[in-house]
Formats: sequence, structure tokens, C-alpha cells
Amino acid sequence: MAKELLKGNVAFAEAAVRAGCEAYYGYPITPQTEALEHMAKRMPELGRVFLQAESEVAAINMVYGAACAGVRVMSSSSSPGVSLMMEGLSYIAGSEVPVVLVDIMRGGPGLGNIAPSQGDYNQIVKGGGHGDYRIITLAPATIQEIIDLTYEAFDIAEKYRAIVVILADGSIGQMMEPAELPPMQEVRKREDRAEWSLTGAKGRDPRVITSIYIDPAEEEVFNLHLVEKQKKIEANEVRFSSLLLEDAEIAIVAYGTAGRIAQSSVKQARDEGIKVGLLRPISLYPFPYDEIGKVADQVKRILVVEMSGGQMLDDVRLAVNGKVPVDFYGRMGGMVPLPDEVFEQIQELNQKANA
Amino acid sequence: MTDKKMVEALIFSKPESLTDVPTHYCPGCTHGVAHRLIAETIDEMGMRENTVGVAPVGCSVFAYNYFNMDFAEAAHGRAPAMATGFKRVNPDMNVFTYQGDGDLASIGAAEILHAAGRGEMITVIFINNAIYGMTGGQMAPTTLPGQKTTSSPLGRDIESHGFPLKMCEILSQLDGSAYIVRRSLHDPANIRKAKKAIRQAFEVQRQGLGFSMVELLSNCPTNWKMTAEDSLEWIEENMIPYFPLGDFKVHPAIAKSKKG
Amino acid sequence: MAKGRIVVNEDLCKGCELCISVCPPGVIKMAADRFTPQGYHPAELVDPDEECTGCAICSIICPDAAITVFRWVPADKIKSTAP
Repeated sequence: MAKELLKGNVAFAEAAVRAGCEAYYGYPITPQTEALEHMAKRMPELGRVFLQAESEVAAINMVYGAACAGVRVMSSSSSPGVSLMMEGLSYIAGSEVPVVLVDIMRGGPGLGNIAPSQGDYNQIVKGGGHGDYRIITLAPATIQEIIDLTYEAFDIAEKYRAIVVILADGSIGQMMEPAELPPMQEVRKREDRAEWSLTGAKGRDPRVITSIYIDPAEEEVFNLHLVEKQKKIEANEVRFSSLLLEDAEIAIVAYGTAGRIAQSSVKQARDEGIKVGLLRPISLYPFPYDEIGKVADQVKRILVVEMSGGQMLDDVRLAVNGKVPVDFYGRMGGMVPLPDEVFEQIQELNQKANA
Repeated sequence: MTDKKMVEALIFSKPESLTDVPTHYCPGCTHGVAHRLIAETIDEMGMRENTVGVAPVGCSVFAYNYFNMDFAEAAHGRAPAMATGFKRVNPDMNVFTYQGDGDLASIGAAEILHAAGRGEMITVIFINNAIYGMTGGQMAPTTLPGQKTTSSPLGRDIESHGFPLKMCEILSQLDGSAYIVRRSLHDPANIRKAKKAIRQAFEVQRQGLGFSMVELLSNCPTNWKMTAEDSLEWIEENMIPYFPLGDFKVHPAIAKSKKG
Repeated sequence: MAKGRIVVNEDLCKGCELCISVCPPGVIKMAADRFTPQGYHPAELVDPDEECTGCAICSIICPDAAITVFRWVPADKIKSTAP
């Protein structure tokens, strides 16, 4: 298939369609609305389900209901809308039904604005809903990557019976790039739905999907089961990309759009003879702790760049574990750092590293 | 005539759509009656194997332990949204929610309103007992003016807490609703009428006519602090005058079949 | 008059007495001599004069589906017989 010029929001929506997503429930919110609009047209065309809910609260619970049926289902939203979905996400995690959600982050807190931000790292990666659970979180930096990750997210969600969130920011949702779409998968046949799904108790005992374990001992058994599942996820699903780290004395750690900007800055610094490299986490949960730890064994300093006040920073510090100093550069409120700004930070760090 | 052979017939036993699990409901609580009516109706319509129920948060949170069919447990008030999501991908299945007054009329007011407005092909069984049972007797959106609860200890003061919500009256105004009725579980005759209404509601869903809801005036002997028998009288004397029984909306297709 | 009888499932009965309140001939009583597994006095049929008609009103009001009702009927009108 040939590359075509695609807008991020349309690209991930179409990728989901091609992954065999059978139902989409959502609510308009900038800067992800084009995804909802794409689904409004595309899903009925294919005889699949599109429904604009009355709120994100309802949308995520519709997703929850359809997930109980064992079909591929998703929603997408942006920061304030995702806040409203936190209750539903906690219930979905507690019920172990597979769900895919795309969060196109914008400036906050509160109503904030509609400009790109990475201010919701903690909300998604650390879990914004109540209770002990984790969300598999994948952070694309390009349109091709949001396509590929969304397409694969349904498989991952079903493999672990877990939530997968594609965490991107408004610039990835809004920008256009040439990218290639994956092949179309048909929706799952009814007889192929999972053995836990609610299909009507015909010729079998009734099935119940619930997140309540009133006996604390039972709830703990369930919690331990989730912990075991998390260990598998942590062993199997770590993803990252690295650039020019082999001989680096300084490493930048940045994800998504910030990672993409840092890539330009790294090249700029390399042209100046500064030995700098980039580690870009693609999976934010599971986080590439070991890989960053290894980088910390090799470099003199680490710079974390985020479009936030420093949220992934905490995870990088855990990974570095005090081996080398960790510096931070962040822009917030919908402001996107320029490559030159990050380049200046690298220059400063280089002086400190070689002082 | 007199020597005609007589045999002992089974007149009434527990429906197949109920499990043998004893309920956790308090003695005399009409949740059990409502459960049984739903189960009998589903049995009679032969739909047990094609039905999915959605349980609420409240006293009936464990309803799925008592219904012998597939069930999902919703977040508080979100059952209509969850049922919507499920029904849209399973349009040929029978989907119902079972919700109390706090769940449906308070925290889930938006979800029930929009499910009805969309004409969602689901059936809602709405248990209105004018109080929060599970949390121990607090004021509900349907608590009567002057009614004492643990969060309105001097009686619901309409000056500060406003008026009870009449959900049948509200939802019947929406074009998407096809069958909206209120019945009561306070005596055998009314229980029979309630069962007929549940049957009609499931018929509305089966025929794809729109959203259906049966509100059932129910008791809460424990939190009303009275005997089961007195609580049924309390429904008749206090609840029915405020929440009048009747058909608030009946789709013409069902109204016709009812007459014929 | 047709004759009937009821059987109360004591695993399910919670002794709420609603059946007693509606029984037309008044032949259901609380069994004060024993407790159910849940700790309630169960309802029971006390019908020395065979007044129970098998009308099933008790089973209609019973919140726990605890009452099974039998009635003697002509053999040609039978739907299902007692076990």
C-alpha cells in the first residue's frame, strides 16, 4: 500500500477501523474531534457501530458494555474528557475487559486550552482512576507510529484483557504527514468471541462480568492476579527507540512530540561535536527502566525533556537511581519547545558534564 | 362428575431464570418480588439464553447472583450507558438494566435521560423505594417531602432539598421512549399488574419499538424502620399519592395488542 | 372446594410474614420452634381443617420465591404434576 498524506486524528481512527474495531463511542472535544468525525462516517459505511454519547462518562461506559460482549471497541478523547472517563477506566480495569482509548492531550489543568501538552502522563501512566491497576500506555511520535500502535493496541488489549491507551498530544492529532495504512481486518465473527464474553447463557452456565469482590481476601487475590499480569506486561511490552547513544556522554530522554523535537536537537548538537544521544520511550507503561538504567551507566548526565512540569521525570530518576545527575527542561500550558531551546540545554549540560 | 380423577398439580415454583442462591435482601424487601417477576417473564418469553442484564450500584448490586443468566455490573448510575454499548453490538439480544432510585434518578440521571431520548432498545426496571438502602437510609431523589431519612433527619425540607423527581413523568415526554409505566409491589393484585407491565416492556424491546421502563414502587422496611407489612401499607398511603400509578406512555403497537 | 398445599423452602424464607398477611384462609403461621439456616423463624402451613385452596397469593407476595404451591385439579386439566 502506498503512503498518503494523513492527519493524525484521522489516521489513528482509520487504523482502528482496519484493526477490526466493531464499535466506537465518543464525544467531541478538541483537539481529537476529527477522529470522532471520521468514525461517524466510516463505521456506518462498514455496518459497524458509531454512537456519539451524551458525555465522556457515558462514552466510556458504552465502551465498557460493548467490551463485555467480546467485540473490539474503542473511544478517543482529550484531557478534560479523559478525566471524565477515569471512573469507567477503573471499572474496566477491575473487570478485565479489553479496551483501546486514544488520548490526544491538551493544555491544562482545568479547561486549560486546546494546544498540545504532555501534562497527563501521571493521569494515564500512574492511573487516574481509583484502585490498584495499570494502563498499558503507548506514546507515538509520528503519524506512522500512531497508526501502527493503534492497529496493534487491540491485539495487546486482548492478549492481556487490559486497557491500552495511545497517549499523544494535540500536535500529533492535528498534524499531517505521509504515512501508510495497514490492511483491513474484518470484525470478529460472533462465534469467535472470547470465552469470557457475555453472549447469552445458552448451553452453558451464566457468565458475570463485575469488578466487585466484597470479601477483602477475594479482592486481594484479584489484586495479586493483576500484579502477576503486570509482571508479564513489564517483561514483554517494553518499547523504546534510541538514537546515537553508542558513544554518548549526554542522553536525552523524551517521549512523543518532545522526543521528536529532541531528535532534531541531538542532530544539531552532534554537528557541533557534542556526544549526545536520545532514548525515546514508546511504552510509558511498562516504562523502559532497565534500558535507561543501562544508559545511565554510560553517560555523564541525563536531560529529560517534556511538555509538562516534569512527570515522566520521576520515572527517569527511578531508572537512573542516582547514578548520574538528571536535569529537566519542560514547556507547559500548550507551549511546544523549539529544537533550538533543547539544543541550548544540551550545550549547557555539555559544559557541566565536561567541567 | 364427582368421580373425575383428581391429581395434585404444581401451581407455583421458583422460575428457571432465578438461581437457588438465597438473596441478601432484608426480610420483606420487594427487590425479591421484582427479581421474580422479571425472571418469570423471561421464562415465559423463552429469552433466558438470549438475555443480558446490567446490575446497578445499590442494594441490588449483587442481582447477578440471583438471576440465572449472563450479567454485567455497571458503575453507579451508568447501567443505561453500559446497556447501550452492549445492545448496539448485539441488537438481537434482550438487554435490561435493573436500577434503584439513587442509581437511576440521581447519579445516573444523565445516562437514563439520554438512553430514553435516543430510543435505546433496552428495558429498564426502576425500583423506587424513596431512599438509599445500601448506604443505610439516606435521602434519595425520590424521597417524599417531609420523609425522614438519615440525611434529612427532620424530614425532607423542600425549601432546601427541592422536590422529588418523577422519572416516568419526565421520560415519557421524550420522543424516544415507547413504554413508560409506573406500578407498585404493595399487594398481590398490583404485583400481578407489575408483571404484565414487565412483559409489555420486554415486548416493546423485542419488537424494536423504542426505550421501555417499568417503575416499581417498592419498600424498604429496614430503613423506613417498620415491619414488612406496614411498609407495604406505607407505599399505598404515602408513595402512590405522590407517584401515581399508571401508563405514562404506551407505544400504539403495544396498546393495540393489549386490547386485541 | 379445591384443595391445595404449600411447601416453604426454609433455605430461602426470611420470616418476613408477608405471606401470613395475605393468606385468605389464614393457614400460614410462623414456626416459633425452629430457625432457618439464615437465622429466621420460617413460615409454615398449619392447616388442620384443609382450608388451603392453593390460590398462590402467598407465593405472589413472597419476596424470596420460597413458596411452592400445589393444588388438586382434574387430571385432564393438568399442566405439571407434583414431584
